[in-house]
Amino acid sequence: MVETQERLLLEVKGLKKYFPITKGFLRKTIGYVKAVDGVDFYIRDRETLGLVGESGCGKTTTGRCLPRAIEPTEGKILFRDRETGEMINIRELDKEGLKRVRKQIQIIFQDPYSSLNPRMTLLQIVGEPLMINEGMHGSELEDRVAELLRSVGLRPEYMRRYPHAFSGGQRQRIGIARALALNPRFIVCDEPVSALDVSVQAQILNLLEDLRDQLGLTYLFVAHDLSVVKHISDRVAVMYVGKLVEMAETDELYESPKHPYTEALMSAVPRPDPRVARLKQRIVLAGEVANPANPPSGCYFHPRCRYAQPICSQELPTLREISPGHFVSCHLADQLTLQGIVKGVSP
Amino acid sequence: MTDSDILLEVKNLKTYFFLEEGTVRAVDGADFDIKRGTTLGVVGESGCGKSVTARSILRIVEPPGRVVDGQILYHRYLRRDHDFSLAEVVDLAQLDARSKKMREIRGGEIAIVFQEPMTSFSPVHTIGDQIIEAILLHQDVTKAEARALTIEMLQRVGMPKPSITVDQYAFELSGGMRQRAMIAMALSCNPQLLIADEPTTALDVTTEAQILDLMRELQEQMGMAIMYITHNLGVIAEMAQQVVVMYLGKMVERADVDTVFYDAQHPYTRALLRSIPRIEDQRGRRLEAIKGIVPDPYALPSGCPFHPRCSSRMEICGEVEPPLVEVAPGHWVRCHLYG
Repeated sequence: MVETQERLLLEVKGLKKYFPITKGFLRKTIGYVKAVDGVDFYIRDRETLGLVGESGCGKTTTGRCLPRAIEPTEGKILFRDRETGEMINIRELDKEGLKRVRKQIQIIFQDPYSSLNPRMTLLQIVGEPLMINEGMHGSELEDRVAELLRSVGLRPEYMRRYPHAFSGGQRQRIGIARALALNPRFIVCDEPVSALDVSVQAQILNLLEDLRDQLGLTYLFVAHDLSVVKHISDRVAVMYVGKLVEMAETDELYESPKHPYTEALMSAVPRPDPRVARLKQRIVLAGEVANPANPPSGCYFHPRCRYAQPICSQELPTLREISPGHFVSCHLADQLTLQGIVKGVSP
Repeated sequence: MTDSDILLEVKNLKTYFFLEEGTVRAVDGADFDIKRGTTLGVVGESGCGKSVTARSILRIVEPPGRVVDGQILYHRYLRRDHDFSLAEVVDLAQLDARSKKMREIRGGEIAIVFQEPMTSFSPVHTIGDQIIEAILLHQDVTKAEARALTIEMLQRVGMPKPSITVDQYAFELSGGMRQRAMIAMALSCNPQLLIADEPTTALDVTTEAQILDLMRELQEQMGMAIMYITHNLGVIAEMAQQVVVMYLGKMVERADVDTVFYDAQHPYTRALLRSIPRIEDQRGRRLEAIKGIVPDPYALPSGCPFHPRCSSRMEICGEVEPPLVEVAPGHWVRCHLYG
């Protein structure tokens, strides 16, 4: 996978995260949940890559592997260090190196209720990274925290308050302010709007976009909502049971999906448009999502795939570039014509 | 709309919670009808009162909450083969929640499916036992017959290997399967009305598609009405014929689904429709967010509860509560722009 035109910020190769399944008093390992099972992707500087898939697909685990919040089992995580301008393998860093690079990579979490320490004030929550990493304190710290709170649309006077005094949307803003404290380049946004009310989602999405433009940020935007992901992402990758099945520029993916799972996923999204809903020929998948501890033979999706051929149950497909910038992992990708989303004007 | 079409009439329903910190007016004026065999969508965000409305209908609102005003007129039909004749109209708001009649209706004629099937099922009983219990409560059958009915129902809701899953516990099933079990339990007594409170919110989108399909199919087969509660406008567009929009306990708009989506009149409804990202959108369109936040239920704004966030607000909006006005046949709006 070579990207030479714009500068790469991140390149992930062969990423795996296996969680052991243990049994018995002595905790003998009897198998593995292959949460992330050999994933490759890249993100360019200032780009937003959307990562979609349903529960158990491994998207959250993938996101958390990048700053090594979870230790990967295998693979390379190449990141362009701000100081040297070189691509370094995050997995090979020692404690000091990792601490330094982690300032450049931050995470925003899904649940605004459990991701903030209820016993810390906003000043402490947002200021903690500054206190620990830059030794900031006193009025210098307060000024910086005030600036951060303002940048996410919160009043600086709030810094003496505790999280419980705020709504879900406001707490999410606090989480964002905290993520921005050390001037990161790259933020893993892990389902940042899923737990929010519909009308608040728009506010937070707009905020994330504004910050991205103002601060030149790069995002990995992990989410299950395809409409949200389309809105904010330049490119999108689709995961199923630990594997990346498709990746392309956003418009290309949504208009011309090449993987049957992508097609089914898009078809399943309920449209807030009664006329379209009435006309729509929906693809309803049979069966359940495969078990990452015991996936099917060959292509993991084949038991639910309406196009499956014998080869699909025998051989695992590999991710290949079917057209410039469009990657898909399917034996039949060249032969299939799949249905995407027709671009239209909303009523 | 003939009289024999109406199944449920909710008139000026108010359900308040009397707490130490103050009174929360969870439902403060809900008015709608549900016709037999149709689907009413109830849409709104957290705190709008949609779930409490559902629980009020079934009289399962927990103290310190209770229905304080209004009527819940349930048109009870006697079923003789496929003929329905009206037996009586019961005001559920007036019934004692624990009365025999209410207990007959609850589960037997009006059933409910919740969002979190994991917490709705008893963890220490098999799902089969729970469904059998529901059947035995409402139907005059033997335990063996009830078990056969249960397996049949599980089959009907698309549960894989129903004769095995009937003896499994909720924790052994996936989210989609648990929700199917919940639907099986709700439908086991052939209810006239199924209330579905965010039944697919916790599910993946492909599983949601399966469950929505299932509900529509069963509705057609069984001729039942559905009251579908959700914040997801996409699901409303897919499922509902009539829609009620709620905000902070009040019904702010009510109309058929096409009117709500293409000709909404209430500023909140319009703002909500403009703020959602749509999968067909051109990229680069900025989302029109509704400014401000949903207020604290203990400190509701005066006048119209939406006025602080409303781009069309006038002076009267902060002072006087707007009346519910029929702006076109069947289209009701609670807003000073119209009344």
